[in-house]
Amino acid sequence: MKKLISALKLMLVMMKTGFFTFGGGYAMISMLHGEFTEKRKYLSHDEFMDVVAVAESTPGPIAINMSTYIGYKRCGFIGALLSTLGMCAPSFLVIFIISLFFDRFLEITWVANAFRGIQIAVIYIILSAGIKMLKQLKKSPVNIVILCVTATLMVLFSIFSVSFSAVFYILISGGIGLVIFLVKYIKERKGGGSK
Amino acid sequence: MIYLELFISFLKVGALSFGGGLGMISLIHDECVGHGWLTEAELLNLVGVAESTPGPIAVNIATFVGASQGGFFGGLLATLGVVLPSFIIILVVAALLGNLLKLRAVRATLDGMRPSIVGLILGMSVILCLNLIFGIQSVKSTPSIDFFGVIILALCWLTSFIYKKIRKKQASPIILIIFSGVLGAIFYGIC
Repeated sequence: MKKLISALKLMLVMMKTGFFTFGGGYAMISMLHGEFTEKRKYLSHDEFMDVVAVAESTPGPIAINMSTYIGYKRCGFIGALLSTLGMCAPSFLVIFIISLFFDRFLEITWVANAFRGIQIAVIYIILSAGIKMLKQLKKSPVNIVILCVTATLMVLFSIFSVSFSAVFYILISGGIGLVIFLVKYIKERKGGGSK
Repeated sequence: MIYLELFISFLKVGALSFGGGLGMISLIHDECVGHGWLTEAELLNLVGVAESTPGPIAVNIATFVGASQGGFFGGLLATLGVVLPSFIIILVVAALLGNLLKLRAVRATLDGMRPSIVGLILGMSVILCLNLIFGIQSVKSTPSIDFFGVIILALCWLTSFIYKKIRKKQASPIILIIFSGVLGAIFYGIC
């Protein structure tokens, strides 16, 4: 019972965070840090950084990963469930309501024109997100090759209308990472064995 | 069966996206444009909306696409699809295999995926530029340059550059979205 109450409390905090954070991802991290580490002291700073590391290295939206993890650590499965639900509920409701009106909204001429401008800004935002990730990436030869091949193939396939899902690039490059590791590992083992 | 298709498509997005926010844009692009749920311009509108409404971008996009294709339950299933992989993976990591992420083989696989995700997002922005500003969808299409688009793109860059110099931090996407929305309404309205 006590657990359920603290899980519900956690859900409310997540709902608040979900409702007041715009743009997702990294904006969410500082918001959650303020809420859980500075204000409520649920997690120490180091614990929080561990949560961020886990959220970043596992697939899925960072905000969802973090709310599931924090929820589980504090109140077990029910905590994870309620806190993830709390994180999703506000955006779900807001977007669901917008989706009901959006098409009619775009029929207004000046709104449609404004959105043509917004499309350009979004291209810029995507590009600068890519550049930011590029700066953070370790520039090893393998990484640079994978990056360039992926980007080039993607553009070429799109222009020549070849359909090849982004899923495959990610899986193949994950496979390459694993193979390179295994080759190195086997070499190490052999090297160690001959000593 | 639209519900199942929505669920599975967004399950893929949720399971294979790393790095949060726009890292998943190429996956969403492939699933949504591939299924004919959105055109490229509509996808960009949607990202614009998602950036200026609360909550994680992936959840916003899943809800919107799901709701516009399959009503309330479509929205619910698409959102469930995008969230479920994270939820399960995090539970496994938190509950059972705290050391899973420390395994070198797992690390190596995840590290291998990272550069391809950066490549995908950069490639995506080139494709969108070609498509929406230069009018090149395929080799057969005749280029038509959208001059206002080029101007707005340049002004976005300039705005965030100046903002960074003055405020010492990155301009929030919302500022750029409002700014370019106003410019778009003026430029495209006049002509």
